[in-house]
This record gives sequence, structure tokens and C-alpha cells, in this order.
Amino acid sequence: MPTKIEKDALTGTDTTGHEWDGVKELNNPLPKWWLYTFYACIAFAVVWMVIYPSIPGWKGTSGWVAREAVVAEVAAAQARNAPMMARLREATPAQIQADPELRAFAQAGGRVAFANNCAGCHGAGGQGALGGFPSLADDDWIWGGSLEAIQHTIRHGVRANESDDQRQSIMPRFGADGLLTRAQVDDVAEHVLSLANRATDPAAAARGAVIYAENCVACHGDRGEGNREVGAPRLSDQVWLYGASKRDIVAMINNPRAGVMPAWQGRLDPAMVNMLTVYVHSLGGGE
Amino acid sequence: MFAWLRDHGIIERNVVLMAVLTLITISIGGLVQIVPLFAIETTIERVAGVRPYTPLELRGRDIYIREGCYNCHSQMIRPFRDELERYGHYSLAAESMYDHPFQWGSKRTGPDLARVGGRYSDDWQAAHLRSPRDLVPASIMPPYAFLDRPLDVSDIQRRMRALRAVGVPYSDDMIANAAADLRAQAVPDADAAGFQGRYARARQSAFDGNPGVVTEMDALVAYLQMLGTLVDFRDVTPAQLRQP
Repeated sequence: MPTKIEKDALTGTDTTGHEWDGVKELNNPLPKWWLYTFYACIAFAVVWMVIYPSIPGWKGTSGWVAREAVVAEVAAAQARNAPMMARLREATPAQIQADPELRAFAQAGGRVAFANNCAGCHGAGGQGALGGFPSLADDDWIWGGSLEAIQHTIRHGVRANESDDQRQSIMPRFGADGLLTRAQVDDVAEHVLSLANRATDPAAAARGAVIYAENCVACHGDRGEGNREVGAPRLSDQVWLYGASKRDIVAMINNPRAGVMPAWQGRLDPAMVNMLTVYVHSLGGGE
Repeated sequence: MFAWLRDHGIIERNVVLMAVLTLITISIGGLVQIVPLFAIETTIERVAGVRPYTPLELRGRDIYIREGCYNCHSQMIRPFRDELERYGHYSLAAESMYDHPFQWGSKRTGPDLARVGGRYSDDWQAAHLRSPRDLVPASIMPPYAFLDRPLDVSDIQRRMRALRAVGVPYSDDMIANAAADLRAQAVPDADAAGFQGRYARARQSAFDGNPGVVTEMDALVAYLQMLGTLVDFRDVTPAQLRQP
């Protein structure tokens, strides 16, 4: 390409020497601030490559390793909380509740741990959800609402087969396994409704009472009061895990469903389990 | 010596010269990144427990990809303190060594799923997939209730063979029994000693609550429930996590 660099008369700047249809281009230098920032970036990159593990095989002069840095960071954070966590680990939930300092710490930590681990099933406020996810904010406890009972449930879980001490029970499949006929299931469902004064067919409820006495009393109690030893829910209230309609109750007698909760003792620090125990107890239903 | 290069017009007018010089320039960039890796034996940590997906989990993974779950969910816990405290141990290369393609991702509209396995019950996973807002009122996840349809298992062996071709160690035994293993995993009390022998720590369950039919829901829940559970970090030493 022929180049003819000439000095532009108006600005005193050289041209690039290119010409397109009589249009010429001034060859202005790059702005100084831009140029020096550019050089500084190159210098920064070189220093960075020396200090950090920038190229496979080069470990950097600082010896920094992301995986080890984060372990140290977590350890430092744990060390800050260590004295408090040690006290929470050794105290019983009742002792934590009685000590204002421990209680405040447990409430704050328990709230965060609940949001991360428990809220998915039990709801952000412990309100639970239809479909077998119990509310923790009411007085209706399946396995008990005392501090000890809550702690046990959190530690060992429910029917998850992750702990030998888990909450375990199974309701027979009265309909699906042919233990009761369709009519009998219908009658006993009517009786269950009558326990909370919701029955609409007194004759069926009366027939159902006999079947109830033979098949259901052992776990759910004479008047449907439930039994926490075996996790049999109370039937005489308005709180239903899988729906309150007669159709839902019939479905549960035919082919019962049962909730599963993971055991948290291997997943969470024992101090965290205690904090969660105190927090869950405080949600509204603690006994 | 390179005076002829000063006039860039020579390169601009000679397409062969331009191609050769371009190739040399790009090669330098590639070689700088590639050659040092030859000095490293492996980037995969030597930890125990990682096994290929069971046939049911594999189909679940295919559905995960088909439905675009990766658009909102990553599977990569980065080594930052906030991620460790929320999700658990940072992800290892070994944990996704049988993933083709891997599902690491970097976009999180929903939470990371690298260690979601076992965090919730099967019931929860199925109910949540069917109708997320029933369980998490503020969720913006779409419902996937249509996954309650029979799973197409006809091509499971071909899928496994394809993965074997790219390095997943599926044995002939695994491929021969693929369809039986797939059904065995979806029935909680099925006698499946062979299945358990082929896939260590695989969990049998009626994942969607109905053991009668193997559905797409079964497959997806089975996949979600094993994510991040294969490596037992109580047995892992810090030395194993250092690059050799």
C-alpha cells in the first residue's frame, strides 16, 4: 500500500498515510491516561501470575490454594463461635432455654439453620404444608412437642432409615391389602369424622365405631386422641396432614401415606441440633 | 531481519501467508494452556465412592437435561465459606467424572443442587416437582406434574453404551441387566441383590409414591436424591483433595 505521511496543516498532526476517496486520517497518539492504564494492567497481570498459581505446575510465590484458603476461613469462623458452640453442645435444650445468653444465641443461629434445612418442608415460619409436612407452629404434635421429643426427632429423623433410633411406625393398608371391605372403610371414615363432630351419617358412623374399636384404637385411641409413642396422629381435631375431607380420609385408610424426615445428627453439629430444638420449640407449639 | 514485516500490507495481500501466521499465533495461545497440563497426571481427586449412575438415575439425569433444569440450577458448590455453610462440602471434580456433559453451571435462579440428595424426603421432591408453590409459596419454579407418566425404558442399553464409548465404566453385566435394574430401583422391597452389587449405595424406593409404574417422576427424583451423596467426606483426607 503506498503510504504518504504528511503533516495536516490545520492541526499540525501527521496523517496515517492512508487515503480513501480523498479522505485522510489523522494519526493522533493514544490518550496518555489510557495508555498508562493499559501498561499498568499488563504489569499487574505479570505480578499476579508470579504470586498466584496461574499456570498449571506453577504454584505461585504465595502458595495460595482456594480449597485450603476456604478451609482456613471456615475454621477461623468456627473458632470465633467455638466457646459458645461448646456450651450449646454440652447443655440440654432445657438449660439453653433457661439461660438468656444461650437462648439468644440459639434463637439467632436456629433461625438461620431452620431457613436452610427445614423450611423447604415445614415452611419458612414452621407452618407446614398439606401433603404430610406437619406444622411446627401449632399444638398438634405427632411425635411430641417437648424439648426432648423435638431434639430426638431432629437427631434421628422419621422413617428415613438413617438412624437406629428413628421415629418409626407404619399404618396397615386396610383397603389396599383387603383387611377391610370398601363399605367398612367408608363406615370407619364416617366414624373418624364423628370424632370431631363432622359426621353426616350417624348410622354409618355407628357401624364404623365397631370397626374402629377393632382396628384403630390401639394406635389412635378410644376417642381419636392419637398416640405419640407410635406417631399416630390425633383424629379428633381439625388438623389433617393429608386433607380433611372424607375422601382424603378414605384414601388414607385404603392406602396410608407416611412422612419421611432425614436424620440430622450426622449432617449438623450437635450444638446446631440443640439450637434448632430450642428454635422449633419457640415457633408456637412448644410444650 | 524482519524488515519485510514492517509493511503489514504484504500480509494483508497474501492469503496463504496470513493463514500461516494466524495459525502460528493461535497455536502459541493454545500450547501455553495445553502443554503444562501434560505434566499433571490427573485433575480428578482420588476419593472413594463415585460410581456410574444407575439406569433409573441416568434416565432421571436425561430428564433433568431435557427439561432444562440446568438453566436455573447449578451443580457446583464453590470453595467459598457462604456456599460451604449453606450447601455443604465444595464440589470435587471426581463427583462429576461420569457426567457427560457435566452440569456445573454458574447461573442460579434456584439453589445449587450439587448436594440436594437426602435433604428432603422422596414425597417432598415429588410433591414439589408437581406443584412447587404448594410447598414453597415464594417459588418461581414451573410445575412438572406431567412427569407422572410412564418412563420410556426401551433405549436404556443404548444410552449406557453411548456413555461407555466416552469413558463411563459400565460393565457388560450392567448393560445386560439395565432394564431389570431400572425397575428394581423403583420398587422399595424388590429383591435386588444383583442390582445392589452392581451399584454401591444405590437406594431403592417408590420415589413418586407409586411402586406400580416406573414414571419419569421416579427417574428424576431418584437422580435428585443421589446428587452429592456418593463421596463420604468423613473418610476423605485433605491430602486427597490436593492436586497431585
